[in-house]
Amino acid sequence: MMQIYLPIAEISVDVVLLLAMGAAVGVLSGLFGVGGGFLMTPILIFMGIPPSVAVASEANHLIASSVMGVLGHWRRGTLDVKMGLVLLIGGVAGSGIGVGLLGILRAAGQVDLVINLCYVVFLGTIGGLMFIESVRALLRQRRTGSARRGKLHTHIWLHGLPFKMRFQKSRLYVSALLPLAIGFGVGILAAIMGVGGGFIMVPAMIYLLGMPTSIVAGTSLFQILFVSANTTFLQAMNNQTVDLFLAMLLVVGAVVGVQIGTRLSSRVPSEQFRVLLAAMVLAVGVKMLVDLVITPGDLYSLQPGLEH
Amino acid sequence: MRITAGFTGAEVLLFGATDGESDVIVVVRGPEETAVVRRKLRIAGIWVNAERVVFPRMPSFYHVAANRSLQAVAQPDVLASEMIGVQNFRFEPTDPAAGPDKVADYGAAFIRNKEQAKLYHTALGHVRFLGDRLFRTTVRLPANVPTGTYNVQVFQLREGRIVSTTATPLLVGKDGLGAEVYDFAHRYAAAYGAIAIAVAAVAGWLAGVVFRKV
Repeated sequence: MMQIYLPIAEISVDVVLLLAMGAAVGVLSGLFGVGGGFLMTPILIFMGIPPSVAVASEANHLIASSVMGVLGHWRRGTLDVKMGLVLLIGGVAGSGIGVGLLGILRAAGQVDLVINLCYVVFLGTIGGLMFIESVRALLRQRRTGSARRGKLHTHIWLHGLPFKMRFQKSRLYVSALLPLAIGFGVGILAAIMGVGGGFIMVPAMIYLLGMPTSIVAGTSLFQILFVSANTTFLQAMNNQTVDLFLAMLLVVGAVVGVQIGTRLSSRVPSEQFRVLLAAMVLAVGVKMLVDLVITPGDLYSLQPGLEH
Repeated sequence: MRITAGFTGAEVLLFGATDGESDVIVVVRGPEETAVVRRKLRIAGIWVNAERVVFPRMPSFYHVAANRSLQAVAQPDVLASEMIGVQNFRFEPTDPAAGPDKVADYGAAFIRNKEQAKLYHTALGHVRFLGDRLFRTTVRLPANVPTGTYNVQVFQLREGRIVSTTATPLLVGKDGLGAEVYDFAHRYAAAYGAIAIAVAAVAGWLAGVVFRKV
């Protein structure tokens, strides 16, 4: 047991445990190509780190992991910079509003509740959908011997909104309002939940925008990188909740974990693992819901840090 | 009567001398803060912070020590008027509409939470006499202790009455990397944010470069 005192979170945590958590979530990131923020932040909260510090520090951690990812996609050319920039404009506006909201909620004493509720809703929905989808894929695989996913780029009415823009790399000619709105929504969530938002943005880019799957991951990471940087800065400015020590410990763990995960991903049966990931996401969501529902030990709480 | 303070890590050693045989109470108060106490109510099945009472100017840290039990060294009215011991705290909420029962409940919750954070010590500390007049006592300051100017009051009592009072400021600062980081994050928030971004970006870039070669 090696304890380290986190200066902003103002608690002592076990270094080995924190590194292990970072690595474990990193393995999952590498394995499934998800950012892992939606698992990391709740784990930090379960460890006793104040939710507002957990979200802000996770944004800081996300910068490191997305830099790593974006560099790889940049080299491989699987990145639509123009689309990324439009998503980013929406994202910066959204994260600004999200950080402001957090500040207001903190003063009103509702920040923990809102963060927890967002997690319950999103983890429940995403985990549920993922679970159903992966179980179906597993069954299909049993029946036909191979998992195949049919996907078309269909035009929906949303694409016909004004301010149409051409995105060569994505081979799309759609209204810029759509990616702006997606970026905006994800930006708000990113700030409030301390996630990159890839788990919402990636499906939105595939199903709403109709982007080719090959460039979705790189483009979303590009957006996440700059939105996280913006969130980190705003959280540090307005709420002083970014714990650099915490973020760096997570980075160290995650870097190793991601490498292991990426190497594993070609060897393990991914369909089975998807069920496992879905089950974990659901479990975290349920745990958060239980925490909100069971009667707390002390109904009264003291808001910390209001100097006279 | 003089008191001197010397910081020995997380423990403060206070000592002094009385001007004759008497009892001594030492009260240490941290810098004042506004305490916001919230109460959860079950709304639509989940527990939500629903009500609050604000107590302005509460000590962020509180510790009492005496050479014998408080009841033995001082009359009840003395303890009450000098607000010695948490049970003698007067809670004055900003909202005058809060009834006495509500104030008492929230006040008790405040002390309970402070005690849990180890910032209030409801157990009486010991003042030890070294001979007739020299006394000493120690106060444990936890890692999460607020920094700033503390107030150390020493009451000298005879037959339950105060014969003299001394107040000494005690400057509590934190040392070490953690404290400096905390201080920097609050004082230069923008620079801290920029550094946090830069450090993370470099770490990610380094990791990418290192592992590309592996």
